[in-house]
Amino acid sequence: MKQHTSETVRLPFFGIGKLLPYLKNYKTAVFGMILGCLVGSLVDIGVPLFQRYALNHFIGEGTMDTIVLFVILYLALICGGALVNYVACIFSMQIEVGVDKDLRNAAFNHLQTLSFSYFNQNSVGYLHARVMSDTQKIGALVSWTLLDSLWQLGYVIGAVVVMLVINVRLALLVMAVLPLTVLLFSVFQRGLTRANREIREINSQITGNFNEGITGARTIKTLVVEDTMERAFVSDTSRIRRRAIGAARLRGLFAVTMNFASSLALAVVLWKGGYIAKTQIGTFSMFMSYAQGLMEPIRWVVDAISDLITTRVNIERLTKLLETEPDVKDSPEVVETYGDCFTPKKENWEPIRGDISFRDVSFRYPDGEETVLEHFSLEIPFGTNVAIVGETGAGKSTLANLICRFYEPTEGQVLIDGRDARERSQLWLHSAIGYVLQTPHLFSGTLRENLLYGNPNATEADIRRALDLVSATEVADRLEHGPDTDVGEGGDLLSTGEKQLISFARAILADPRILVLDEATASVDTITEQKIQSAIDTIIRGRTSIVIAHRLSTVQHADVILAVHHGRIVEQGRHDELMAKRGYYYRLYTRQYEDEATKSALG
Amino acid sequence: MDQKKTSIEKARERALLWRFLRGSKGWFLISMVSAAVAALSDMVSPQIVRAAVDNALGGKAADLPAFAMRLAERAGGWEYLGEHIWIMAAAILVVAAVKVAAQYTFRVSNTRGAETLTKTMRDELFRHIERLPYAWHSQHRTGDIIQRCTSDIETLKSFVSEQMTSIFRIVVLLALSLTFMLGMNWKLTIIAMLPVPYIILRSVHFHGKIGKAFLDCDENEGKLSDIAQENLTGVRVVRSFGQERRERERFEAQNEYYTGLWMKLARPLAQFWSLSDVLSGVQIMLIVVFGSVFCLRREMTAGEYIAFLSYGAIMTWPVRMLGRMIAEMSKAGVSMDRISYIMEAEEERETGLGLKPSMDQDIVFENVSFRYAAERREVLKNVSFTVPAGTTLGILGGTGSGKSTLMLLLDKLYDLPEGSGRITIGGVDLKDIETAHLRRNIGMVLQEPYLFSRTIRENIAITDETMSLEEVREAARAACLDETVMNFAKGYDTFVGERGVTLSGGQKQRAAIARALTQHTPILIFDDSLSAVDTETDAKIRAELERRFGSATILLISHRITTLSKADQILVLDRGKIIERGDHETLSKAGGIYQKICDIQSSSVGEVGA
Repeated sequence: MKQHTSETVRLPFFGIGKLLPYLKNYKTAVFGMILGCLVGSLVDIGVPLFQRYALNHFIGEGTMDTIVLFVILYLALICGGALVNYVACIFSMQIEVGVDKDLRNAAFNHLQTLSFSYFNQNSVGYLHARVMSDTQKIGALVSWTLLDSLWQLGYVIGAVVVMLVINVRLALLVMAVLPLTVLLFSVFQRGLTRANREIREINSQITGNFNEGITGARTIKTLVVEDTMERAFVSDTSRIRRRAIGAARLRGLFAVTMNFASSLALAVVLWKGGYIAKTQIGTFSMFMSYAQGLMEPIRWVVDAISDLITTRVNIERLTKLLETEPDVKDSPEVVETYGDCFTPKKENWEPIRGDISFRDVSFRYPDGEETVLEHFSLEIPFGTNVAIVGETGAGKSTLANLICRFYEPTEGQVLIDGRDARERSQLWLHSAIGYVLQTPHLFSGTLRENLLYGNPNATEADIRRALDLVSATEVADRLEHGPDTDVGEGGDLLSTGEKQLISFARAILADPRILVLDEATASVDTITEQKIQSAIDTIIRGRTSIVIAHRLSTVQHADVILAVHHGRIVEQGRHDELMAKRGYYYRLYTRQYEDEATKSALG
Repeated sequence: MDQKKTSIEKARERALLWRFLRGSKGWFLISMVSAAVAALSDMVSPQIVRAAVDNALGGKAADLPAFAMRLAERAGGWEYLGEHIWIMAAAILVVAAVKVAAQYTFRVSNTRGAETLTKTMRDELFRHIERLPYAWHSQHRTGDIIQRCTSDIETLKSFVSEQMTSIFRIVVLLALSLTFMLGMNWKLTIIAMLPVPYIILRSVHFHGKIGKAFLDCDENEGKLSDIAQENLTGVRVVRSFGQERRERERFEAQNEYYTGLWMKLARPLAQFWSLSDVLSGVQIMLIVVFGSVFCLRREMTAGEYIAFLSYGAIMTWPVRMLGRMIAEMSKAGVSMDRISYIMEAEEERETGLGLKPSMDQDIVFENVSFRYAAERREVLKNVSFTVPAGTTLGILGGTGSGKSTLMLLLDKLYDLPEGSGRITIGGVDLKDIETAHLRRNIGMVLQEPYLFSRTIRENIAITDETMSLEEVREAARAACLDETVMNFAKGYDTFVGERGVTLSGGQKQRAAIARALTQHTPILIFDDSLSAVDTETDAKIRAELERRFGSATILLISHRITTLSKADQILVLDRGKIIERGDHETLSKAGGIYQKICDIQSSSVGEVGA
């Protein structure tokens, strides 16, 4: 649906600079890992030297005099190498897991402070990917990718140095193979990255196709378009097959290049260095080992570079998230007195009465162009019941958003208890406001945990009373373990109506002075409907309430009705007044009355 | 997890896998042959080096297979080769060329096989799912089916194309190295191979055990991901209850726990890797030490010694991989179960004579009763009515009255069981009418219509892709949609569900009506399908329908009296029974529910009391 399209900023040096603060916490591990890599590559370089000695000394000179020392040293080398490997792996794991964790916490915590306009512009899927997968990729980059590339680079350099020391001419000849390979690797790597991206895209397309074929089954059947759908599906699967084979060709060429380069280096050693074998068979063998062993590390380094290039996007997107400023922000003075959203200073909080007033408020959504409120003023003293009516998508939630300070007015003021909302902290306000949503959102966990969400200190008696007030006692009792039953992901083990009732009970337990309620339009059975209706009547009593209304009774008894049409408040007054006017509200009400009455007549 | 399967089930799953493998078997065969060729050439190049060192350069008498000796002779003899060592180097390149060609063939044909297999599985599953009865669809969760169609297919694919072929490749490689090494020196072979079984067993054991820990990590990552997901979707609840701090604590705690699990794995993993390093290192060292000893004793040549070292290096990685491959094989069984569960569900099929009668005939329901499942209540009880050809039937009823069930039965989305009455069109039992023929002749518009993620034009023309734009627009005009669509920047080429362009409920309904109209069917069903458009548009659309489709038989479900009043016959349904029938004139005076609703909907609001 909503998709984040704005370009991310290109960061210099692949954005590594932005990661340094996160690496700081793991300084020891980073240095330990780098040291481990260097020592590790030295060990790897050492092995062929031992083989050279064995051939030159034991076989070439025909004596086993040093064998004991040789075995001891060789074993020490192997074990030392393993130890270094062990330490480097543990350090690398520490860095990966640690950076991953810290970045994820940072991203999650920052999201808790961002404004609703941000959430309207970015889909949940997009934000979720930033928190979960970008962080993971970055974690892997600064640990394993770094480890591999340093280790392998160390090996290549070390091997080249040893070869140069032992035989400059032969070493230069072997090295002549290198630049060509590096060039070819880079070319293939680029093609592969592109191919992999394409494959991922088609793959998600295919998942989408399956989804369509399953959720649209009834329509597909009634239209008898099974064959059409299948044709489209088969053409997608053919496309992905073609692409995947194309990618395999590239990958194959990649491997071919590498393996052939190894053999080429070997052939060079035999051709130009064969004469060495006559006198110093060990040196010859060593050259063979290095020559053949050089290509694999180079591939690793090329891989690492391409990782760095692809991860750059992740770093940039995550950085952008972390650097986004919230639109609604408490001023430093407010934070000083009231605390921020993680560390409130409740001792300084004034008790709230629940008067709301709009003073000459004009408002435009940050991502919109139209001014949806113009010089709007309204006094809502404590205990008033305001109903907002209008068609779906007419902009009924604007006032609710302003009262909750999810958005701030473009001009004018929203006053809570006579003081500008901006003079107190968001958390102060939110702690006093209950917001019941049209589509009730429960969290996974037990029913009790959900009920206690807004008030962790509520007693068992409180819970019972709240459930009773909204006639949801049955809902809790019906469940296997009563209130301690797990309600499943998003409360999915409950029906929509039940979720609605529970969300009412949750709001009652928090006992807010101000209640914002978005009535559900979803169809529930008549009995639940009645329960919900009476629950609403119960919970708005003794509070300032703003109800985005769909139910006739709620509307009729409201102290003030605001009728919203095309994002603007077109009528305002009590039910009788507006009916007498025979205007927009009158039409809206008549239609709804007909619908309701027809429904109830049909039973 | 792995329940005991009966032998019949196993045989059926094997047969299914075999069926999936058609078209890809050949590629897998080619890939295995080329893997063997590649492995063989891998073995040859150390032998060339050995011959170069021992025979060409070292001047020792050669002890090689006959064909190799002949080849050397043909090239000019060992001495000549020693002086022109480039020939040996060239031989290495020739063998390398064969090897890389074989490797390339292996990769490409293995991928061909794997992708063909995936394609076959996907296509078959999709085809099959499309043809499963509607009842099956309404019983299964979309997410679960999709999971089976995506990740389980992926698991099966990697089982065949990675695990099976890799294991084969590694076994061939091991067997060949063993042969070649045995050909040079059996004592050193035994010593060199000594650690191999241990390395493999250790790896199988380790990966089997660690697999559970990985699973645990995955599950906890899932939990963490769910917390983030819930927090983001429930951001309003979080903020309005001021629970940012609690969310933060919850997330950080799970994050700590999850990453802690990984850290707990760090030690065993690092231990396993580094111990594997030691074992592989020792394997090479054994060759170095004992090779030297045997060389000294003149039981072996320096060339053979170097060749042994090469074989040792070639074997290291494959041997270490083998254990993991074996340990991961068990996953495939579970996936196979999950896929065959879908494949074994029975497709819709023709139970009757499969006739294709003309459909502009009377529709007759005779004593129709129906329940969705044996244990559920009856939704239709003895319903009988006749819709004469070319007339309009209006149906009024509340939720659960059974009105939509009537339409599902008429379109054969559910079959009417034996002895529950009869539905006929033109006297032919619905059972005996070919399903596709029936559905092609019934245009159905649902209350919540489903549009495909294609362009608006493609959606309207879905039943006939060759339809001209004019025809599409014609249908859209009849559904009062043309003007709206022309206002979109891309007009009829606008993608449904594309970024920013979301059609409203009413627009979707009108698109679905246009789609049904393009079919020019003799029977049209509107299942509450004008509920989301306003009264005026509703009237306009109905007038258009009357003008264009005067001869069609129309079934109309609605709550609006204005919509129903023009119908030739109106039924009022209540809990599966017809409680009133007649035309608007009669019913509006009959004193029943219909009249009551008529009164409600035509009453002036002045009468609406509190």
